[in-house]
Amino acid sequence: MTVMLEIKNLHTTVGGREILNGVNLTIRAGEVHAIMGPNGSGKSTLSYVLAGRDGYTPTQGSVTFQGRDLLALDPAERAAAGIFLGFQYPVEIPGISTMNFLRTALNAVRKARGEAELSAADFLKLVREKAKTLDMDPEMLKRSVNVGFSGGEKKRNEMLQMAMLQPRLAILDETDSGLDIDALKVVSHGINALRGPERSLLMITHYQRLLDYVVPDVVHVLAKGRIVKTGGKELALELEREGYAPYVGEAA
Amino acid sequence: MTAANPHETLEQIAGDYKYGFVTDIESELAPKGLNEDIIRFISDKKGEPAWLLDWRLKAYRHWLKMTEPTWAKVSYPDIDFQDIHYYAAPKRGKDGPKSLDEVDPELLATYEKLGIPLKERGILAGVAVDAVFDSVSVATTFKDKLKEAGVIFSSISEAVKEHPELVKKYLGSVVPYSDNFYATLNSAVFTDGTFVYVPKGVRCPMELSTYFRINEAKTGQFERTLIIAEEGSYVSYLEGCTAPMRDENQLHAAVVELVALDDAEIKYSTVQNWYPGDKQGRGGIYNFVTKRGACRGKRSKISWTQVETGSAITWKYPSCILQGDNSVGEFYSVAVTNNFQQADTGTKMIHIGRNTRSTIVSKGISAGRGQNTYRGLVRMLSGAEGARNHTQCDSLLIGDACGAHTVPYIEVKNPTAQVEHEATTSKISDDQLFYCRQRGLSAEEAVALIVNGFCKDVMLHLPMEFAVEAQKLLGVSLEGSVG
Repeated sequence: MTVMLEIKNLHTTVGGREILNGVNLTIRAGEVHAIMGPNGSGKSTLSYVLAGRDGYTPTQGSVTFQGRDLLALDPAERAAAGIFLGFQYPVEIPGISTMNFLRTALNAVRKARGEAELSAADFLKLVREKAKTLDMDPEMLKRSVNVGFSGGEKKRNEMLQMAMLQPRLAILDETDSGLDIDALKVVSHGINALRGPERSLLMITHYQRLLDYVVPDVVHVLAKGRIVKTGGKELALELEREGYAPYVGEAA
Repeated sequence: MTAANPHETLEQIAGDYKYGFVTDIESELAPKGLNEDIIRFISDKKGEPAWLLDWRLKAYRHWLKMTEPTWAKVSYPDIDFQDIHYYAAPKRGKDGPKSLDEVDPELLATYEKLGIPLKERGILAGVAVDAVFDSVSVATTFKDKLKEAGVIFSSISEAVKEHPELVKKYLGSVVPYSDNFYATLNSAVFTDGTFVYVPKGVRCPMELSTYFRINEAKTGQFERTLIIAEEGSYVSYLEGCTAPMRDENQLHAAVVELVALDDAEIKYSTVQNWYPGDKQGRGGIYNFVTKRGACRGKRSKISWTQVETGSAITWKYPSCILQGDNSVGEFYSVAVTNNFQQADTGTKMIHIGRNTRSTIVSKGISAGRGQNTYRGLVRMLSGAEGARNHTQCDSLLIGDACGAHTVPYIEVKNPTAQVEHEATTSKISDDQLFYCRQRGLSAEEAVALIVNGFCKDVMLHLPMEFAVEAQKLLGVSLEGSVG
């Protein structure tokens, strides 16, 4: 399998404090990885570094994405290259309908990829189809982006965006937080629908419950800014049983 | 690494004014300065009747006794009123062009550059265009179709000749010659503008549109617009502006008067994109405008919608005098100040009649070192039984060197009147920007999207063809506001 993402010795300082402290990680095409770890271990920071957020510039190390130097790209270029970040707390954009937002994003990405913009009719057809698989009411698409959405609706909206943008690597930050069991099933279904030999997933989560529905190939433990253990899906179960205490101690 | 020098990045993305070019056409200029002879010269050039010259002179003599207002939250160097040409006309034969074919091709090319090909666009959009180039109207389209409906749509100089009784009756009836410093100056020296008359019961068959453009260096432009909607009539008027780049400040002091009689409705929309000055705050238009509408008739309605992105300084308060019982006034405004732009803008809603209603929605956006002030007056007079006003006033800040100010004045003299005022101030958050950029939008596109969302309540009041243009304009105006 070809390598999708390769992170080597990644260090990142945020607000004067070193958060990532030598992360090494290789994800191959078609693989699903999960990163688990206690609060403050650097999980969200890693997702921001990969997506290129301002203020999250690495101090050391390299990130290669499909053979390209990912760190040389701005956030929009990374999105066009196929990086998608599912946010833990999706933001509200008042006055812009979800539909309009999706279309703007999709066309921006298509344009950057050298593809033609979708016609209004083709876009509508596509978005309705994808919304249906996520059990989303089409009326919701007329509402402003995430404004007044419940926690579950926001996460479904993230999944809808992912389904529309068809990324190569989706980084899902705490996608399971704030979901009841039914919503979790729907969202998991959305994630699984995206799995394929050409795509990779990096799931960031506290709990293993999402991993019952989206079964990972590899599980990593991130503690104090480094990956301290890597294993198969059974590692998630072990963490669930025994907690992170051994790793926090070990890294200290 | 993306760690480029932030100033470099800012330079790269800061857009230059897209419409900064100067058309090379010989102008007929009045000598610089202002005195009674200049006013006589203007009046003579336009072949005006004695009553109008007298009115101009009366205004001029009054203006001499007035002082420039200083209450607005704007600052600029003193204007030397003797250092301005008060008349400039594109040179042409004795008679004005009878059709577009007779119009100077250079003029037409200028409009092409602005994206306003009179022929194609006019026909396609079904918009009649009375294009004002400097001070003299050069082309008017769709006149015949309007004539059929009985609508008069012409330059004001033409109206003075062909419909003197209407002009005499209404000119200065909403904004009197003695109204304020700039309106009085305009009354003395106005060179041209637009006249619209919609007869009783007529719904104007198309949107009327005028594109203004200041072209001659050091030419103050003094437009005068007069729109009269007779009983039960309706008209929608669009005004849009761009100006060529110039290093010197240019004064623009227009006056717009609207009169709506019983059951009439006037919708007046503006997209103002005059040269705002450069990134250091040099140059740019001074836009000191008096716009006022009189809802004289019962159940009449006047609606102002404005998108103000240009000018170095904007001083503008489109207002409604709600005289007729049950009349309605509306003001929807987006004002953008970027770099060193200053805007002091808002409205006045004067409730005189019973059950009069007014709505004010103001969206101010400040970026760079821009200063944006909403200044609005809601006055309920003693006869305004059951009158109501609702004001929503929102400010959006981009960056931390700009300012937003809200100055509402509320005067209520009738105990049954209701006035509501809501105001918010917010900032574009890093979270919002990052979210949009992660979805593939550039920083500029992200700002444009968020700002358009913020302005939605105003934009939806613009006619469709204008709304699209205005959305793009918001993006262009804020280029370079995030680094």
